[in-house]
Amino acid sequence: MSFSAARPLDPWRWIGVPALLCMGFTILFAAPIRVFGLQLPEPVFPMVCAFGWAVIRPSILAPFTLLVLGAFLDLFWGGALGLWGVSLLVAYAGALFMRNMLTGQSRPMMWAWYAAMCGVALATGYLITMLDVKAAPSLIAVLWQFLATSLLYPFAHRLIDRFEGADVRFR
Amino acid sequence: MPLRQNPLGEVKVPLAWTAAVALIVAVIIGAAMLLSDRRETFQTEAYGTARQAVDAVSAPVGGVVAKPGEWTGDILGWFGSYFFTAGENRRLKKEMVLLQQQADEAVRLRDENERLRAMLGVRTDPPIDMVTARIVADSRGPLANYRLANVGSEKGVMIGFPVLSERGLVGRVVGVSRGASKVLLLTDAASKTPVMIDRTNARAILTGDGGPNPKLDYLRSRDPIRAGDRVLTSGDGGVLPRGLPVGRVVKGLDGRWRVVLDTDSDSIDWVRIMKFRDYAQLVDRKALEQTQLPPVITENPDDRILKARPTPPAAAPSPSATPPTASPASPPRPATPAPAGGGR
Repeated sequence: MSFSAARPLDPWRWIGVPALLCMGFTILFAAPIRVFGLQLPEPVFPMVCAFGWAVIRPSILAPFTLLVLGAFLDLFWGGALGLWGVSLLVAYAGALFMRNMLTGQSRPMMWAWYAAMCGVALATGYLITMLDVKAAPSLIAVLWQFLATSLLYPFAHRLIDRFEGADVRFR
Repeated sequence: MPLRQNPLGEVKVPLAWTAAVALIVAVIIGAAMLLSDRRETFQTEAYGTARQAVDAVSAPVGGVVAKPGEWTGDILGWFGSYFFTAGENRRLKKEMVLLQQQADEAVRLRDENERLRAMLGVRTDPPIDMVTARIVADSRGPLANYRLANVGSEKGVMIGFPVLSERGLVGRVVGVSRGASKVLLLTDAASKTPVMIDRTNARAILTGDGGPNPKLDYLRSRDPIRAGDRVLTSGDGGVLPRGLPVGRVVKGLDGRWRVVLDTDSDSIDWVRIMKFRDYAQLVDRKALEQTQLPPVITENPDDRILKARPTPPAAAPSPSATPPTASPASPPRPATPAPAGGGR
């Protein structure tokens, strides 16, 4: 199967495959491995999709796939059901709203915008958790997860690069 | 009907608008999921079927994914033990001397403890069964701290059971399915555990916040705490047994008292699930339920009213006089106790 950008956008290729990859990496990084006392980081892999899909083009399927990915994170990680669904959708909405501004920007600037959207998603999750358990989660722990998630931008860049020009209506 | 004849065939909605509507619908569904979620109620029915299914599937998948990590750890451990044997031997010899002294002291204390218990007539708690489980998945983000153990309802694990590592308390079970149990760690923001300071017996609530060192809230008593104090479970509320080791007190960077958990330095692959529900399981419930209450003798109210009424002067009974309608005083009757277990 070829993944060349010349072909029209197939939902399975630009939504289905990345979503499955995110789920796979999430399971992989949940392995209880500790090397020299250090555990694996826990980045939010679906943030790559939330940012990449919004930049590529508006879509009907993408928000619902993000909702499914969020529900998977909640069930797998054990958070309140809907926590990550809403957080990812808020970040997706932010990126979609600023899509015209984001298109064509340099890679460092896109990385900065991606980090900003990660911040929006984690801030939403922080607020929801605070309301849910009536206690404030540790900001330092949130910062670690923010850093780990921000480092995933190269994957989002690859996703955008591969499918950005596929739909001529949204170039 | 062909598309050309469809009156709505010419109507075209811009994709951007449709996508916006889809986004709003998805957010509404997500918010509804959030509002309907009943996490942390410690009721079996609240831990939904979806969570049970995901846990049941995740346990074997996590086991396979964790295998390379286990092998790597074993190999590193083997190399470590091979190259650092001499140093480790010296350290272990020092530790052995210290432990021998502690073991002698423990024998003396146990003997004294048994004598005092015998003198006071204190009944000791029976030992509690444990199940050993392997951790197959681990979520350690700031918003959720859980572990998935590969033992579930088939081994009698139930919601609320405490989970320990080889050094101390890890958390407690909040979800059970067949072949998997989800363990809420002490570090999770939703975790609140009643603890006490070993030195002063001061009570506090250990509150997780997603970081590695949970904080001590609601500390009671005067000058209750010092850095380095041992923290144990207090057993208050009956959720956990008393005296399980938790960690040591430190002053956090934010100026609050926090706890360095004993399980921090542990390998996290094996845990023990303690089959402790509450203190009610430590007594003989059947014997309690068979206890018969003694009969209670109650007074007949009719009798009391008749006795309290002033009696008229005695008159000669006329033949037309009607017989008294009041029934004769009935003898006192014992109250029958309710059958055991009914009508609570």
